Amino acid sequence: MNAFMRIKAAPYLLIGLVGATIYFFFPAQLPLASRIATLAIFVMSLDLVVGYGGLATLGHSALFGTGAYTAGLLALHSTPNPLLGLLVGGASGATVAALSGLFVLRYQGLTFLMLTIAVGQIIQNIASKFRAWTGGDDGLSGFTTAKILGLATFDLQGRVAFLYCTGVLLICLWMMRRLMGSAFGLACIGIHQNRLRMAALGTEIQPKLLTLYGFSGWFAGIAGALSAQVNQIVGLDTLGFELSAEALVMLVLGGAGSLFGAIAGTALFTTIHHVASNVDPYHWLFVIGAMLVCGVLIPRERWGALMRARP
Amino acid sequence: MTLLANILIDGIAYGMVLFIISVGLSVTLGLMRFVNLAHGAFAMTGGYLASWLIRAQGWPFAFGAAGAIVLTGLLGVAIEALVLRRLYRMPELQQVLFTIGLSFLFVASANLVAGPEVQLIPLPSWLRDPIDLGIRTLPAQRLLVVLAGLLVMMISVLIMKYSRFGIWLRATVDNTQAASALGIPVEWVYALTFGAGAALAGLGGILGAELLPLEPYYPIKYLVLVLVVVAVGGMGSVAGSMLAALVLGTIDTASKYLASDWGSLFYFLVMALLLAWRPQGLLSPGRT
Repeated sequence: MNAFMRIKAAPYLLIGLVGATIYFFFPAQLPLASRIATLAIFVMSLDLVVGYGGLATLGHSALFGTGAYTAGLLALHSTPNPLLGLLVGGASGATVAALSGLFVLRYQGLTFLMLTIAVGQIIQNIASKFRAWTGGDDGLSGFTTAKILGLATFDLQGRVAFLYCTGVLLICLWMMRRLMGSAFGLACIGIHQNRLRMAALGTEIQPKLLTLYGFSGWFAGIAGALSAQVNQIVGLDTLGFELSAEALVMLVLGGAGSLFGAIAGTALFTTIHHVASNVDPYHWLFVIGAMLVCGVLIPRERWGALMRARP
Repeated sequence: MTLLANILIDGIAYGMVLFIISVGLSVTLGLMRFVNLAHGAFAMTGGYLASWLIRAQGWPFAFGAAGAIVLTGLLGVAIEALVLRRLYRMPELQQVLFTIGLSFLFVASANLVAGPEVQLIPLPSWLRDPIDLGIRTLPAQRLLVVLAGLLVMMISVLIMKYSRFGIWLRATVDNTQAASALGIPVEWVYALTFGAGAALAGLGGILGAELLPLEPYYPIKYLVLVLVVVAVGGMGSVAGSMLAALVLGTIDTASKYLASDWGSLFYFLVMALLLAWRPQGLLSPGRT
């Protein structure tokens, strides 16, 4: 297994394999799998900020929702081209991230966390106020998405949507791996580990973090645009605090600082949510609450020992 | 003029509720350095217990409220002594995750025990009737909230500054090992402080039941409001929390009266500006 993981293309092959298994053997789960792929892009973009940059944020859904609304408005008023929608959605997410980053990145710790919440809430309230554009509480709908690459249009079983989401997920994963493996990404990890020492080494902290935040906004915007195109509706909850908090829980479940951890955490959380909330919308909170509580109380080394104890 | 007076009265009452709930969080976050995102759960527990004691058990309002506050405090002590104590040395992210998980468990339990509907606390007649103050008549419930807020503020400042327990608490926070070596029962100090914060949150939950309706999602829904008050006021500063709660409570009430279609935009706008102006909080106790 280890030798396999060392092959450069292994992670992409693994995701492709899992995707093919779902596609051929579990066709009823395709909508859920599409949702996981979309959210995984969002959680990976959060990982750039939280896991690599070391900035705990609870306002990340502002970037996701901005991308979603922009893609929806573009499809409604201008062109239904899906790839253009992704690009414009990503660009809008990056713009909001850069503008808000200029303000919030001056602060650290709890102050930064609270300011990201404030930015998220302000954007959500503005979206709710301009109901002529965003549809307010009813959500933005009535737009269509053209054929993907001019080949296929979304079908009722969600096959095309699933392939489309998985494809975008793979491309985003590749881009983020290249980004975080570059000198820029390593500098961001360095800032996370020791801000003072990186400054002493001559790294300019603020511009680096702002760029990182902008890139994160780009990917979050793409995830939002993707969710808008697949679901054909954008609601105010895409901008909400709950989405930010859930994304953070997904990220930490899988392990912050690792893009594969972000994907695994998203898959785990979303699947549990899906299964448990089918029974009762409140019961799944018992499951996820117990998972979080036990995950903290039982240290990771002991998990490792438990795993090793098995023959 | 009447409108302005109404905004001020409702705003101050709302601010007092926010203050009473958040003062315990301010102490745990600022002095004990423990990120307790489950704090809203104690406010909900207080409200639920009061509702149960008064409605189902038929206790009079004052006794039911007092009983609920005591029970919430005991629950706080028990949780602190059993689990939270192990988390003080863990990194912040672990504390955040644990307490979010704990909030989820409270939400699910509240639904399991009492169902998803809003719990009401029936007010006795002496709280429902308006009181004539000479200048104008006010609902007695508002007056009680304001009085309770002022009392909580005065008593907590007096205890922290002058009582033996306050001295123990400050010594324990400054240097736990040295305090322990001097014979201060540090574990009890932590547990009692946490329990007192939980009991106050319970009081806030009962008094604020009209403004912040008691439902299972209470701990998550109103967590942000309370965190904002603590961050803007300055962690660990009781007076700062009071100031922040009054300012933010009045702003939120005013925007509900005057510009309701903007939602809570102004609340967060003012919060962002205040935090940008003073990142450590309005009245930071001088620690970093």
